[in-house]
Amino acid sequence: MSSSSASPSSAESLDITSTSALTIHGPSTVADAGYHMGVVPEVVHDTPAATPVKFYQVGSFAVGNRLLPVSERSVQSDPKRFNSLTSGHRACQGCGEALGARYALDAAMRAADGKLVAVNATGCLEVFSTPYPETSWRVAWLHSLFGNAPAVASGVAAAYKALGRDDIRVVAQGGDGGTVDIGFGCLSGMFERNDDVLYICYDNEAYMNTGVQRSGATPPAARTATTQAVGDDPGNVFGQGKDLPRIAMAHEIPYVATATVADLHDLEAKVTRAMSMRGARYIHVMVPCPLGWGTASCDTIKIARLATQSGLWPVFEGEYGEVVASTPIRRQVPVEDYLKGQKRFAHLFNPVRRDEVIDRLQAQADRNIRRYGLLPEATSPTLPPIAEEANA
Amino acid sequence: MQKPFAITLDVGSSLANQTGSWRTERPVYVDLLPPCNQACPAGENIQQWLFHAEEGSYEAAWRQIVQDNPFPAIMGRVCYHPCQNACNRAEVDEAVGINAVERFLGDEAIRQGWSFEPPAQLTGKRVLVIGAGPSGLSAAYHLRRMGHDVIIRESGPLVGGMMRFGIPSYRLPRDILDAEVRRITDLGVQIELNSTVTDLEAALAEGFDAIFTAVGAHIGKRAYIPAGESAKILDAVSYLRDVETEEDKPMLGRRVVVYGGGNTAIDAARTAKRLGAEEAIIVYRRTRDKMPAHDFEVEEALEEGILLKWLSTIKHVDDGKMVVEKMALDETGFPQPTGEFEELEADSLVLALGQEADLTFLEDVEGIEINDGVVTVDRSMMTGRKGVFAGGDMVPAERTVTVAVGHGKKAARHIDAYLRGTAYQPAAKHPVATFDKLTTWYYADAPHQQRPHLEGARRASTFDEVVSGLDERTAKFEARRCMSCGNCFACDNCFGVCPDNAVKKTGIGKGYEIDYDYCKGCGVCVQECPCGSIEMVPET
Ligand SMILES: Cc1cc2nc3c(=O)[nH]c(=O)nc-3n(C[C@H](O)[C@H](O)[C@H](O)COP(=O)(O)OP(=O)(O)OC[C@H]3O[C@@H](n4cnc5c(N)ncnc54)[C@H](O)[C@@H]3O)c2cc1C
Ligand SMILES: Cc1ncc(C[n+]2csc(CCOP(=O)(O)OP(=O)(O)O)c2C)c(N)n1
Ligand code: SF4
Ligand code: SF4
Ligand SMILES: [Mg+2]
Repeated sequence: MSSSSASPSSAESLDITSTSALTIHGPSTVADAGYHMGVVPEVVHDTPAATPVKFYQVGSFAVGNRLLPVSERSVQSDPKRFNSLTSGHRACQGCGEALGARYALDAAMRAADGKLVAVNATGCLEVFSTPYPETSWRVAWLHSLFGNAPAVASGVAAAYKALGRDDIRVVAQGGDGGTVDIGFGCLSGMFERNDDVLYICYDNEAYMNTGVQRSGATPPAARTATTQAVGDDPGNVFGQGKDLPRIAMAHEIPYVATATVADLHDLEAKVTRAMSMRGARYIHVMVPCPLGWGTASCDTIKIARLATQSGLWPVFEGEYGEVVASTPIRRQVPVEDYLKGQKRFAHLFNPVRRDEVIDRLQAQADRNIRRYGLLPEATSPTLPPIAEEANA
Repeated sequence: MQKPFAITLDVGSSLANQTGSWRTERPVYVDLLPPCNQACPAGENIQQWLFHAEEGSYEAAWRQIVQDNPFPAIMGRVCYHPCQNACNRAEVDEAVGINAVERFLGDEAIRQGWSFEPPAQLTGKRVLVIGAGPSGLSAAYHLRRMGHDVIIRESGPLVGGMMRFGIPSYRLPRDILDAEVRRITDLGVQIELNSTVTDLEAALAEGFDAIFTAVGAHIGKRAYIPAGESAKILDAVSYLRDVETEEDKPMLGRRVVVYGGGNTAIDAARTAKRLGAEEAIIVYRRTRDKMPAHDFEVEEALEEGILLKWLSTIKHVDDGKMVVEKMALDETGFPQPTGEFEELEADSLVLALGQEADLTFLEDVEGIEINDGVVTVDRSMMTGRKGVFAGGDMVPAERTVTVAVGHGKKAARHIDAYLRGTAYQPAAKHPVATFDKLTTWYYADAPHQQRPHLEGARRASTFDEVVSGLDERTAKFEARRCMSCGNCFACDNCFGVCPDNAVKKTGIGKGYEIDYDYCKGCGVCVQECPCGSIEMVPET
């Protein structure tokens, strides 16, 4: 186990009020324990983890907000944030995975008061952060294999339980290959046993570290090294692949959520909510990969935003097997707007436009919109209240 | 140190790996010129004062405005706000209500009694300003703050120029005008009323170091209309002036016709209605969309029951009636007579056909050039006569209060340099923060806050102010709709979105710094900066 050399000493100075966003319903013991013990409890939350700041028109969706009280600002806006993944890592320019991992782990670190162990599967995230003997991690961090991160995390959790250390929290993380493919068996076991681990999948929709091979999370029509843009049906096939958030929900574990690097507030709130619960929890984060997707390095967040606004990437939360909340689309775009900026979909537009394929992808987006209620009836805009002044 | 099995190297941090060496382009922070600032004729730094207002720092916001314009409360009522036509927010939902917030700040300053800082040092130089309209007052204000002695000579009995003799009090209450003028006299600017300057050479001979002339344009243009003996015809500017200055308000009879399509015509008709005319009709030779009056003014007049008769010219006026000829637009959009006539019952006719400047006192002054009824000035607002500057309605430019105020400021800066024997060099303009530079996703949808209006029928019989102001809540809300185009507003986005933690927060109000040791140059911060305040430049 390689523990980070720099201790996260800034923990004391942080203002930990993130749980204030939480409304807990139903028997608190259930919420606290997180174990359903064969009885599916009532849904414990009835509001989304992230309650958007409505009144500060100025940058309501930005990382920080000088007009907000410090306690209500995001973890990432804190000048003394943990930087769980520090500078000098070898991720590509504009890597969504590096960004997503810092967003998620910094929020988990704050929620756990710095007492966190992270177990990492093999993949870019591991390789770019820990070329022997250097590490970019400023959390206690452990790597073993490509396919066994959930099992290792279960073991770490069991060990701390045996030691009576329920203050130390365990997070496991991996890429989509490590999660939906090779690590899937032990992840399902971890879910089934409801082990006290938060598992975070950073989904860049292929095996990036080894050169962009298809995974079970690669979307249909996408070109990868193993699904070349050749033949009658270029790119990845339709009708295969795994929808892991839904599979996780089928295990009826306490908490499942999807998120992207395009919505920091939502991601932080979900990590915070997950950390407030016990048992097996799962968060699936879209992290665009400029190298594998063929996008400009500056467009990482933009492309994730387009994924959500097209409906191709539904952002939602589920508890004990039920969807409890979804993030509505704010500015809807056709899937084409999302596809166009990516070289992995270039064959849908060149040399000839393949409308039938684009339409099938649009149909997928439309289905998500229906399934998760991503376009609720437009509510009439009312004058939002002006919140309390920033105390700073 | 004893190392575990198979471990040969000491653990180290990746901070040793300076990934900044990968970079081919670097992000740099820039300040761009917001389009609102660019469009403001008085050169206000709108974006900056909205920034203060957003925080509830109203005094700081007000002090920022008065750097450029001493009349926020007046501006918030009479300025035609070209800033709002330029505002980028219009492409998101609706333009920021800049003018409404400015009015709130101006009124707040009056309520709180904020005053101007006196000049730090007096220079002993003496400047004469001719005319106490917005242009003269603005120049006097700026010159005084620069430490010069300023005397204004005004021919009228009251201060304010067209702000008092033209703009009616239902649009600009006089206590507001008085309060904002008083602050300028409190600074030590002297105003001599009822003091017409008729001889510029004589004034120069009194030993002034420089002169700023801003006498406006007060003579109503005439049109030849055949008229019977007893026909009552008068011009709009004299009429409005008499309403303001005479004890006995001029009475125009039961039915009043106003001839013209500009703002003055509208004000004359609305005033006539308020003074008891049962009907006020505006006759204009083109169509409504061609009227030079602003649409909101036409709208307000219609609400008050003013009648509009377009595509008509007045051919003949008699006692109690007039003859009107119908016009038709030709292919070029120009009105042509149709030969169709009609009679219109009316007790009086008010001509609102534009104004000319009375420049007789300048005609014989050496060096001064008058062209098309206005005085030629160079880029420093100086006339052909050394040391004599001019601005406002008497020079070739758009004729508005705000342009006049802007001329006053600009002239003051050049006069100040002239008095010091130097030349004023305006700072180079920054590139404009155009809409395509913004990432508007980050701004919440926020409906534009409207100022309440008195109901049309209720207001048409009084001189009560028609439009009231925003309250603190709505003003702050409106200020916060500003997107801070082209200028960092401390949203922390760059600090947050960098995958390499290469952006450092340097402390409140100090902004951010890029740590080029680790910045790989991916450009995410540039792409995601909401206000376009970061740019990529190639590494050299
Ligand atoms: C009816 C009407 C409504 C208007 N409404 C608006 C509006 O809503 N918004 C807007 O932006 N603009 C409006 N305008 C235009 C605006 O009022 C003028 O553009 C502006 O006042 C010009 O300012 P100024 O300082 O150049 O001249 P003025 O305001 O005309 O002031 C010139 C002053 O010089 C004095 N003076 C003249 N000759 C001499 C002399 N020889 N010696 C000493 N003093 C002298 C005059 O008495 C006067 O006080 C309106 C104009 C009119 C007529
Ligand atoms: C058992 C095993 N098989 C294959 C590999 C080679 N390998 C390392 S990382 C990786 C792909 C990782 O893909 P993913 O989990 O999606 O993470 P990413 O690199 O895309 O972030 C592979 C195939 C391995 N390390 N172990
Ligand atoms: S290959 Fe993709 S996931 Fe891997 S470091 Fe590069 S950008 Fe990140
Ligand atoms: S949004 Fe703000 S800075 Fe931008 S143009 Fe409008 S008022 Fe000016
Ligand atoms: Mg992957």
